[in-house]
Parts: sequence; structure tokens; C-alpha cells
Amino acid sequence: MFSRREFLKNTIKGAAGLALPLTALELITPEMILALKQDSAKTRWVFLIDTYKCVGCGFCVKACKTENEIPYDANVTRTWVERYVVTKDGRLYADSPKGARDGFTTNKIDLGLGNYKDIKKEEINKAFFVPKLCNQCENPPCVQVCPVGATYQTADGVVLVDRKWCIGCGYCIMACPYGVRFFHPVYNTAEKCNFCYHRISKGMKTACVEACPFGARKIGNIKDPNDPVTVTILTERVSVLKSEYGTKPQVYYIGLSEEVR
Amino acid sequence: MKSHLLRPVYVVLGIIAAILIFRMLYVPKDFGVHERGYMYGWYRKGNEQEWKAVSIKYMTTEYCKDCHADKISMITKTPHAVIPCENCHGPAREHPSDPPKLSIDKSRNQCLRCHYPLPYPTSGRANIRGIDPEKHNPDIECAMCHNPHKPGLGG
Ligand code: HEC
Ligand code: HEC
Ligand code: HEC
Ligand code: HEC
Repeated sequence: MFSRREFLKNTIKGAAGLALPLTALELITPEMILALKQDSAKTRWVFLIDTYKCVGCGFCVKACKTENEIPYDANVTRTWVERYVVTKDGRLYADSPKGARDGFTTNKIDLGLGNYKDIKKEEINKAFFVPKLCNQCENPPCVQVCPVGATYQTADGVVLVDRKWCIGCGYCIMACPYGVRFFHPVYNTAEKCNFCYHRISKGMKTACVEACPFGARKIGNIKDPNDPVTVTILTERVSVLKSEYGTKPQVYYIGLSEEVR
Repeated sequence: MKSHLLRPVYVVLGIIAAILIFRMLYVPKDFGVHERGYMYGWYRKGNEQEWKAVSIKYMTTEYCKDCHADKISMITKTPHAVIPCENCHGPAREHPSDPPKLSIDKSRNQCLRCHYPLPYPTSGRANIRGIDPEKHNPDIECAMCHNPHKPGLGG
């Protein structure tokens, strides 16, 4: 026989278990399905990076951290710059000390754990910098895995995180193939680049684009056929990172190399 | 049916009702499916406004021109014209009311971000003349000899 206490316990568990799928159930109206199909938005933000122009000064990272209130000395950042050096003996070295917040002011490649590799000019086959940021994918896996609807995509294509709604489970951080997500050290919620949504929605450019002295970073609206960024993406040879994942990333690169991961 | 058999049913219904009422009160009205559909657009609409309300810190070089026109006209004739003022002086925010003065970073590292010689042929860095910081007048601030707004000598 089971006691009243046990009976009540099991009832609460069972009812809660039954109620959960019930609460998730929403009526799907025809309008919702229509909204899924037609894409009437006038704006779709995209990014264009020219790796030939980047000098690795890291001013974009500095500006991003300040503009978006990411604690300056915490080793997390919404955008960062990677350095790739391929030597004549076919080896690949890559580093991004502090996300390149202070630029690259030494020849020595940071191998981690306090080890450095000094590479002489004569040994280098190719070497370049690759800025990285959120790809604002057309099929964002980070949004799919969020169990509570705290991360989502706006009509203009930017993926945002609702800090009030995020429970900090970290699924999205694991799901992002590009590793752009991290926990905000102050709010302890998922954090990521949002193309400076507060700036682009007021007609300004992102902080990193403004900070770049050499025009290596550009933001544009792919729905506008006259936007110079759109023209470049449609008429020149550009590529994206990890296209094999099917996420349809919307940060386009000029001069990517197979070494870049 | 006897009432003691119905009682547990009431308990179960009561708990379900309580959970649904809690959900109704807790989940805001604007939470639901939006433009990007059920898969990518299930969220609280009000959060978009919260992100748009983040304060703007970097005001761009355009903002400085009314008050520091001398610096701008000086720098525009030099190769440093491409560098935004705020890269070296920090975000203007509401300067000059808040902060009244912007920072002046005279560290050598500030200049070495671009002038440390990295022989990387397919990057823009290869086009900037570098100096070896250990040989080029070490321990003296670059600004002692080079005016950052007019880096060529004699400026
Ligand atoms: C509305 C006028 C105004 C604008 C716009 C303005 N400033 Fe200033 N700035 C001032 C005043 C006034 C001071 C204080 C001068 C003083 O006390 O010597 C100042 C001080 C400074 C200083 C410190 C000078 C020193 O001697 O310590 C810097 C650096 C500076 N501004 C940079 C900028 C930059 C960069 C911008 C553009 C992003 C900018 N300012 C925009 C009026 C302005
Ligand atoms: C490459 C970095 C750099 C850039 C870009 C730069 N500055 Fe400066 N600025 C400095 C440094 C370093 C000093 C300190 C110079 C000194 O002490 O001789 C300074 C000093 C100043 C001062 C105060 C001292 C003075 O000489 O009157 C003002 C005002 C100023 N800058 C404004 C500007 C404005 C406006 C711009 C954009 C047009 C700008 N700066 C761009 C590095 C920079
Ligand atoms: C954002 C990158 C950047 C930063 C930061 C920077 N410079 Fe430059 N500098 C350049 C570029 C680009 C040139 C032009 C290319 C060249 O002459 O090699 C240049 C040219 C120069 C020249 C040669 C000017 C001439 O007319 O011959 C000097 C000297 C110089 N910079 C000094 C400095 C000093 C001092 C600082 C720090 C206050 C500094 N630079 C910071 C990018 C930078
Ligand atoms: C004691 C004065 C002094 C200091 C300090 C100084 N320089 Fe120079 N710099 C010079 C002189 C003089 C020249 C021109 C003669 C030469 O090429 O050595 C020069 C030339 C340069 C050039 C052009 C080099 C070329 O190949 O034409 C650059 C770039 C430069 N300096 C950057 C810097 C930077 C960055 C710093 C700070 C880390 C710095 N300088 C500190 C005096 C100085």
C-alpha cells in the first residue's frame, strides 16, 4: 500500500509532467504558417570582411568591448582577430592573444600555456589576419536548441539573446559551430555579437566597422541591390566559414584560405 | 461514484489549473511566434526594444569636427587620416559634458599595433613601415618625436 504523502508526491510529479507539454502547446494559426513562408522584410543585415586589408591592429576588438559593455579585462569578446602563419615546411600556426584586443605587437605566436614560437620572415609562406564575429546565420542552430525562447532571430536577420529570459543552460554555446557565444561575466547569460543592434537600427554602422581604419570590415543590407556590400557579395569571389554545416552564415569573406577554421 | 474516489481527480485537476494560471501570469503578453516563424522567431518581442536602447559610445570622427577642427585638418593630410580619433582617445560618449576630457594614451604599444614590423605578405600589415621597438629609440614615447596627428618628421 502507499501512503497519502507518497500519493500526493506522485500526483504532483505526474501532473507537472503532463502539464509541461501542455504549456508548450500553442495553436498554430494560418497566419503563422504564412509568416514562415513569405519573407517580406526590407532589411537583411550581412557583413563583409576583406582579409587582405586587415593589419591586425585590434582596434575593432577594443571598440566592440567598450561599446557593448563586455568587461575589458575578462578574456571574452564578441569579436576577435585571428592570426594565421603558414611556414615553408607546411606547418600552420594560429593565435589570438586576448582576442587581439591589444593588437599583434610581437612576432612570437602564442601557442598557449606560456609557450611562444618565434617565426622568422624567411620561414613564412603565407600569413594573414582573419577577424571573426557572429555569422547571424540564416539557419541559426543556437536558436533551435534554446529550450526557453531566450534567443531568437529578428525580422532583419540578427540573432539576439534575451537576458531576462535566458536561464544560462549553455546549450547555444555548445551548438554554435563558430564558437562566437560565451557567458557574460556580469549577467551570467549567453552573450554574442549582435551587429551592434542599437547602432544599426539607428542608421549607424557597428562600432567595429567604425573603428577599422582600413575598411576591412563592412556592414550592409543584402536586400538593397545598390548597397556596395551587396554588389561585392553578388559580383565578386567571396566565401563563408564552415558552409558544410548548412547554417547559411551571413558574414562573407574576401581572401579566405583553407587553413582558416 | 463515491466522493473519496473523485478527490484525487480534483487534486490533479487543481494542480494542472494552478500551473496554467501561473504560466498565464508569468509569461508576458508579447511572448510568442514572430516574423521568423516558430523555429527561429519564438520570443519576447519587447526584448528587441531593450537591445535598441543600449547607449551609443562611439560617436565617430564626424562628431569632433566642430570643436577640434585644427586636429582634423592637420591629420587629413597625413597617412593617419584613416584612423578614427576615438581609436586613440577612447569613446566620446557625451564629451565634452560627460566626460569633460577624453583620454590621451601615449603608450608605445598604441602605435605598435600598426607599426610593429610583421612581414605578412598577404595582409595589409605588409604595407605599413614598421620599426623595431627595441632599436627605434626605446623607452621614449613616440609622441615625443612624432606628432600622432602629423606623423612625418617636422610636424
Ligand atoms: C562640443 C565641443 C567638443 C566636441 C564635439 C569634442 N570635443 Fe574634445 N574637448 C572639448 C573641450 C571643451 C575639451 C576640454 C579642453 C581643455 O580642458 O583643455 C576637450 C578635450 C578633449 C581632449 C583632451 C585634451 C587635453 O588637453 O587633455 C581630447 C583628447 C579630445 N577632446 C578629443 C575629442 C575627440 C576625439 C572628439 C570626437 C570624438 C571630441 N573631442 C569632440 C570639446 C569638444
Ligand atoms: C594614432 C593615434 C591618434 C589619433 C588617430 C588621434 N590622436 Fe589625438 N592624440 C594622440 C596622442 C598620442 C596625443 C598626445 C600628443 C602629445 O602629447 O604630444 C594626442 C593629443 C590630442 C589632443 C590634446 C593635445 C593637443 O595636442 O592639443 C587632442 C585635442 C586630440 N589629440 C584630438 C584628436 C582628434 C580630434 C583626432 C581625430 C581627428 C585625434 N586626436 C586623432 C593620438 C592620436
Ligand atoms: C591604425 C594603424 C596605425 C596606428 C595605430 C599608427 N599608425 Fe602611423 N602610420 C599608419 C599608416 C597606414 C601609415 C602610412 C604607411 C607608411 O607610411 O608606412 C603610417 C605612417 C606613420 C609614419 C610615417 C609618416 C611619414 O609621413 O613618413 C610615422 C612616423 C608614424 N606613422 C608614426 C606613428 C605613431 C607615433 C603612432 C602612435 C601615436 C602611430 N603611427 C600609430 C598607421 C598607423
Ligand atoms: C627620439 C625620437 C623618436 C622616437 C621616440 C620615435 N621615433 Fe620614429 N623616427 C624618428 C626619426 C628621427 C625617424 C626618421 C629616421 C629613421 O628612419 O630612423 C623616425 C622614423 C619613424 C618611422 C618611419 C620609418 C621609415 O622606415 O621610414 C616610423 C613608422 C616611426 N618612426 C615610428 C615610431 C614609433 C611607432 C615610435 C614609438 C614606438 C617612434 N617612432 C619613436 C624619431 C623617433
